[in-house]
Amino acid sequence: MKRKLQSIINNLIVGLKNYLPGVLAIVGLIIVWHILSVKSIVPSYMLPSPRDVVNALIEDRQILLDHSLVTLTEAFYGLFIGIIIAFFMATLMDECKFLYRAFYPIMVITQTIPTIAIAPLLVLWMGFGMEPKITLVVLTTFFPIAVGLLDGYKSVDADSVKLLRSMGAGKIKIFFHVKFPNALSHFFAGLKISASYAIVGAVISEWLGGFEGLGVYMTRVKKAYAFDKMFAVIIVIIVISLLLMKLINVLRKICMPWDKVKNK
Amino acid sequence: MDGMKLTTKDLCKSYDNRIIIEDINIKLKEKEIVSIIGISGSGKTTLFNLLSGLEMPDKGNVFLDAEDITGQPGRISYMLQKDLLLPHKKIKDNVALGLIVKGMSKKDAYKKAEGLFEIFGLEGTTELYPDQLSGGMRQRAALLRTYLTANGVALLDEPFSALDSITKTQMHKWYLDMMLKLDLSTIFITHDIEEAIYLSDRIYILGGSPGIIKNEVSIDIPRNKREEFIETLEFLSYKKQLKEMLL
Repeated sequence: MKRKLQSIINNLIVGLKNYLPGVLAIVGLIIVWHILSVKSIVPSYMLPSPRDVVNALIEDRQILLDHSLVTLTEAFYGLFIGIIIAFFMATLMDECKFLYRAFYPIMVITQTIPTIAIAPLLVLWMGFGMEPKITLVVLTTFFPIAVGLLDGYKSVDADSVKLLRSMGAGKIKIFFHVKFPNALSHFFAGLKISASYAIVGAVISEWLGGFEGLGVYMTRVKKAYAFDKMFAVIIVIIVISLLLMKLINVLRKICMPWDKVKNK
Repeated sequence: MDGMKLTTKDLCKSYDNRIIIEDINIKLKEKEIVSIIGISGSGKTTLFNLLSGLEMPDKGNVFLDAEDITGQPGRISYMLQKDLLLPHKKIKDNVALGLIVKGMSKKDAYKKAEGLFEIFGLEGTTELYPDQLSGGMRQRAALLRTYLTANGVALLDEPFSALDSITKTQMHKWYLDMMLKLDLSTIFITHDIEEAIYLSDRIYILGGSPGIIKNEVSIDIPRNKREEFIETLEFLSYKKQLKEMLL
């Protein structure tokens, strides 16, 4: 009993050591921000105080929630389709050198197209609904995942493959027993990056045409010079992105139970 | 071919017009342990790649129980230098992997492996991951995996070379004990002359360029006398003889 209590306390201390500096830094930043706006060092119409921002958050909570759901839906669909495309592209490209040589340059080129430039075009082609937003999210998210998977497939231990071959396994069995599990950690690393891209991608495409979503809300409050609401929506986006990354970490732990063992 | 488990006939293999091994004829009897020793680059691994069916010989055949299995992977089992347990699979799945690859259902494969966990000193590890096991245990798990798909013949490529010397000695003793209980014939590759003498019934010396079987030595000591055997002069004279043959 005593030992158990001791270990709980120890864990708490370790946790504090890890998180406290980060928390303190953020609190410090908010205090500086507060002083800057309250003492009118920066005019309050340009930089609202933290309290104004919280008030705006509370006041507009229903509207923000509705818009968030729209943005999240777009990001989710885009990410989902992005994952599927990335999986098929990476797997086919890994199995066939010719496809790799043919499509890898195109993949890289899609990443150099400025999002701002392509978003209005997508709106012109697909209308003001969700389709152009989802398409843009797909474009921005599939790449990190595909590259992650490709790296993962490549990093597979040649001897493990040899072992499977000596057991009489063909390509498909080698893929499911060795290659894919080996690529999972790379996949999740890519997915984490893609998740944050997904939210930003959805918001940007909403800026450039649409009726709903956090991006639309942003353009409206900007036109009204409601800076407190602008900051409020930024905070909402930060929180959503963090939650999404947390969700991916949880997913990773569920999908890779052996990883926890290794780190011990 | 009475009592012969595995035989080869005139095996040859070359890469890029360089002949690696030539006219290899070896035999492995039922329940026998045979070692192949040779300096690096003498073609030991190439020979195993041919025996396991991973590669086709340029010429020659491999027979298992008089059946031609040349170039057919999956007929006998091959354990590579590292233990190669897959980190993402539990021990039970790692051990059953060969059977599952061959199309056996998970349930049947677990059942077949179950009774052997004790013989291999792996009780209580079924639900663990490889990273939770010690080096010796990992090696035994890999050996169990090898045994389950062996069809009576296991090819072991320096299986104990990565272990520390105490664990290695324990593993040698354990391996001999275990071989008494199992229906298995083994071919070892090793650099370690002492290991070869301690474990083997016969030793082939592979050498030259291209690699050929230069010599064959029988160790006529019963398996249950091996431990005392290490400390005898006879052991040393075998060692001296083999050293001279290698160089």
